[in-house]
Amino acid sequence: MSAKLFVMPIAPISPTFRTSPPPLLQHTPHGLHCAAGDFYVDPWRPVDRAVITHAHSDHARPGHAAYLATPDALGVLKARLGAKATIDTLAYGETVTMGEVTVSFHPAGHVLGSAQVRIEHRGEVWVVSGDYKLDPDPTCAAFAPVRCHTFVTESTFGLPIYRWRTLELMFGEINRWWAENAAAGRASVLYAYAFGKAQRILASIDAAIGPVICHGAVEALNRAYRQAGVPLPATSLATDLPQNFDFGRALVIAPPSAAGSPWMKRFGEQADAFASGWMAVRGVRKQRGVDRGFVISDHADWPGLLTAIAESGASRVLVTHGSVPVMVRHLRDAGLEADALETEFAGEGEGEGRAEAPPDAALDATSAAEIESAAAIESAAAIESAAS
Amino acid sequence: MKEFAALFDALDQSTATSDKVAALMAYFRQADPADAAWAVYFLTGNRPKQAVPSKRLHQIAAEVAGLPDWLFAECYDQVGDLAETIALILPPPTSRASIGLSVWVNERLLPLRQLDEAAQRAALIGYWNELAGTERFVFNKLITGGFRVGVSTLLVVRALANVSGVDAKVISHRLAGDWQPTAQNFSALVGEASSAFDISQPYPFFLAHPLPGSPESLGVVDHWQAEWKWDGIRGQLIKRQGQFFLWSRGEELVSAQFPEIIAAAARLPNGVFDGEIVSKRDGRVMPFTALQKRLGRRNPGKKIQADTPVVFVAYDLLEVGGDDWRQRPLHERRAKLHEVVYSMVLGPDERHVIQLSEIVRAPSWPTLAMARQQSRQNGTEGLMLKRRDSAYGVGRTASGKGGGSDWWKWKVDPFTIDCVLMYAQRGHGKRANLYTDYTFGIWKSNKDGHFGVEMPENARQLVTFAKAYSGLTDEEIRQVDAFIRKNTLEKFGPVRTVKAGMVFELAFEGIQRSSRHKSGFAVRFPRITRIRYDKKIEDADTVELIAAMMAQ
Repeated sequence: MSAKLFVMPIAPISPTFRTSPPPLLQHTPHGLHCAAGDFYVDPWRPVDRAVITHAHSDHARPGHAAYLATPDALGVLKARLGAKATIDTLAYGETVTMGEVTVSFHPAGHVLGSAQVRIEHRGEVWVVSGDYKLDPDPTCAAFAPVRCHTFVTESTFGLPIYRWRTLELMFGEINRWWAENAAAGRASVLYAYAFGKAQRILASIDAAIGPVICHGAVEALNRAYRQAGVPLPATSLATDLPQNFDFGRALVIAPPSAAGSPWMKRFGEQADAFASGWMAVRGVRKQRGVDRGFVISDHADWPGLLTAIAESGASRVLVTHGSVPVMVRHLRDAGLEADALETEFAGEGEGEGRAEAPPDAALDATSAAEIESAAAIESAAAIESAAS
Repeated sequence: MKEFAALFDALDQSTATSDKVAALMAYFRQADPADAAWAVYFLTGNRPKQAVPSKRLHQIAAEVAGLPDWLFAECYDQVGDLAETIALILPPPTSRASIGLSVWVNERLLPLRQLDEAAQRAALIGYWNELAGTERFVFNKLITGGFRVGVSTLLVVRALANVSGVDAKVISHRLAGDWQPTAQNFSALVGEASSAFDISQPYPFFLAHPLPGSPESLGVVDHWQAEWKWDGIRGQLIKRQGQFFLWSRGEELVSAQFPEIIAAAARLPNGVFDGEIVSKRDGRVMPFTALQKRLGRRNPGKKIQADTPVVFVAYDLLEVGGDDWRQRPLHERRAKLHEVVYSMVLGPDERHVIQLSEIVRAPSWPTLAMARQQSRQNGTEGLMLKRRDSAYGVGRTASGKGGGSDWWKWKVDPFTIDCVLMYAQRGHGKRANLYTDYTFGIWKSNKDGHFGVEMPENARQLVTFAKAYSGLTDEEIRQVDAFIRKNTLEKFGPVRTVKAGMVFELAFEGIQRSSRHKSGFAVRFPRITRIRYDKKIEDADTVELIAAMMAQ
C-alpha cells in the first residue's frame, strides 16, 4: 500500500462555535467535496485528490492529479486512465487519515474492486456507497454493511417493480436459451456492459455448452479480471479463430454498441439477447428489439436498496442518481431524514428524475459511458495482442 | 397455466412467424383438450369480460404489496400497464399450483365476477400467491379483459392444422361462428374432416397491387377494365347445393352478420362470386365505421338492418354450376356475371341487395383519370384496373404479362392537413412507456362566437380534430416523447395535455361530420406523414379548410 499522498498531518482541532457544522460532503461544481479531508469522492471535474468508489467511467474520470482506489480496481483503472495516472491503493478495511478525517474502503459488491467509502470525522460517520448490489457475484467481494450516521445511496432501480429473481433462475434461463440455440445451430449473442456485467455472466454460465467468444472491449476487461485472480472460463476473440469457424454453438458476449455493427455479421444466423435490470419491464424489453431480455443487474433492486439503507443504521440518507424523488419520499414516510444529493453520475441530469425518463435513454447513456471507456481499453488490448 | 404462460412468452418474444407456429404446435401437442380449447379461444382474440374493476384491482394489489397509493402510481407510470405493474410489485408466491388453464378460467376467473368485494379480495390474494412471473401477468390480463398476444388467428389455425393434419380451411370454417371453448369442441375442431366442408370452401382471393406510377405504363386503355374501388369488406359469396356461405378476406365466415345478402343470394344460381360488402343507404355509400358495427353483430335485428343496409357489389365470378371459371379471361367471366345478376328476378318490394360492379368506361387514360377524381363523391377510394384477358389469380401474385400484375388499385391521393399536437397518451405493448397516441387540433376562429361579434384573428383557438398513432419512425417517436415530457401542462390519468408547439402533417382518406371531436369532423385512416419542424403552430390549418375539403 502506498497512500502517502493522502497522509497529512492532523490539523489542530480549532475550537468551534458553530452550532451546526457544515456537512462532511458537499456538492460542488467539481464533485462531492470533503472539506475536512480536502478530497473529492468520484469527482466529475479535474481535482487534486480523487477517492474512487469504482472504475466505471462515470465514477472514475480522467484528469485528476491523484487517485485512491482499492487494489482490485487498480488493473482496470490503469488500463482506463493510462500508465501515467497516479493511483494509490488502500485495501478493504484499512484506514488512511486525510486532514481531519479517517477514510476506509468496504466492499460494495458492484464490480471488481468496487467500494463504499467510509469517512469519519470526530465521531461522525458518513458512507458513500457508490454503486452497489447485495446479490452474490463470483467476480467481486460481497457487499458489506457499514454502520454510519449518514448514508449516501444510489437509486438506479429505486421502484418496487424492480425485484431481482435468484441467480440460479436467471442463469438457468440463459443456459437454456444458449443450449436451445446451440441445438438449432445458431449463435447466441448476448449484449452486456463490457465491464462487470460481462464477467459476472462469464463466471456464472455453464461454459460446457459451447465456445465463448468475446468482443475486444469485453476481452480486455476479462484480462484485467484474470490478472486480479478472478477465475473465468476460456474465451476467445473472433479474430483469433480460423476463418471457417462454426459459430453455431457459440455464446458471443458483446457491448450493446456492437449491435448492428459489421462485427456481428461474421456469426451468421444468430439469436440475440440483452442483459440488464431494465429488462424487467416488458415495454422496455420490446423496445430494445432483441429476442430475449435477461433481468440481470449489478445494481441493487428495491428490496436491496431498502435492506442496505436499514443495515447502515443511518438516520440520514442522501439519495443520488436514479429514482431520487421516489426514494426520498419513501424514506421520509418511513421516518428517516432523507434528501436528494445532486451528482453527475449516469442517470442524473434528466430533470424530472429517472421515473420520468424513458428507460431506454438512461440505458443508452450508461452504455455510452461504458463504451467510451471500453474503447480506450480495446486499443490497449489490440496493442497487447499484437505484441503476443 | 404454466404451459399457457410459457406459450405466451414464446409468442411474445418472437417476431418470426415460423417460431410462433412452432411454439403453438408444441403447446397444442401436449395440452389437455380442455386447456387447449381455452387457449384457442383467447389466442383468436376472444376475451372474457373484466372480472374485477381496475380501481379495485389496483387497490387490492397495492395493499398486498404494502405500497401507498402514490408509490403504486409511480410504478404504474414507469411500467405503463396495470396488469404488469401488479405482477411486478406483488411479493413472490409462497405456493405453486400446477392447475391447468381450463380450471383457472372455469373455476377461478369466471366465478370471480359474481363475488362481492370482500370475496374477490380473498380470492385474488390466494390466486396471486400461486402464480409467478408471466403466469401472474397473463392472469391479470385475463382479469382486466385486456389479454392480447402477437399472434393472428391465421397462425393459430395453421398450427392446429399442422398438429392435427386437418386442412386449415376446415379448421377455420369450424372455428367460425360462436365457437365455445370446451374440450369436446376442441376435439371436434381438430378431428376427422366432415363432408359438410367441401361445399363451403372459398377460393383464395386474388389481390391487387397499388399502381406505382401513372397508368400509361399499362399500355392501351382498352385492354383494361376499370371499376370503382369500394371501401368495404371484400367477400366471397358461395351458393352450392342450395347452401350459402359468405366469407370475408380474412377467411372468416360472416354469413350470420349479413343475413340480407344470404337471403338475396337465394335468387342466384349455384356459383361462387367475388365482390365487396358495402353499406349503402338511399344510393349513397355510408362510412366504413357503419359497416364495422355490422361486422361485430351476428344475426342483426330489423332495425340494424334498416339503419345500416348492406349490398354485395359483385365484380367477379369464379365458379358456375360446379365449374371452376378462374382460368377463363376476365371479359368472359364478366359477361357471365352480368347475365347472372341481370337475370335475377326480384319481388316488387325487394331491394337490389346483390348489385353488379359498374364498369367505368373512358376512351383514354386522361379521361379515366378525370373520372377517378369523382371517387370521393362516390364514396370510393379510387379505381381498380383489371386486365381484360387476365385469369383470376391467387393472392398478390405478379402473374401478369412481363412480370407485372393483372390487378392494380389506383387510389386517389389522400387529403393532408397540418395540425397541432394537443394531447398525448402512452402506447401499448412495445410502446407502453412512450407517448405514442396523439390527439391533434386545428384552428377554429371565434368570429361566429356567442355574441355575433367579429373577434380578432388572434382569438381563434385549437380544437381537437383527429387521433393518430402511426407513421413515425422510432427515432421520431423518441423526439416527440421527449417534447411531450418537457411540455406537459396537465395530467388526467394516462392522458397529458401538451403545450401547443409541434406541428404534424396528417394524411387521411374520408371526412364526415361527427361529434366525437370538438372540430365537428372525423376522418378515416388518419396517419402522421411527417413532423413539420418548419412550421409554427400559427401555420396549422383550420376548421374552415376541412369543411371546404369535405365539400369537394
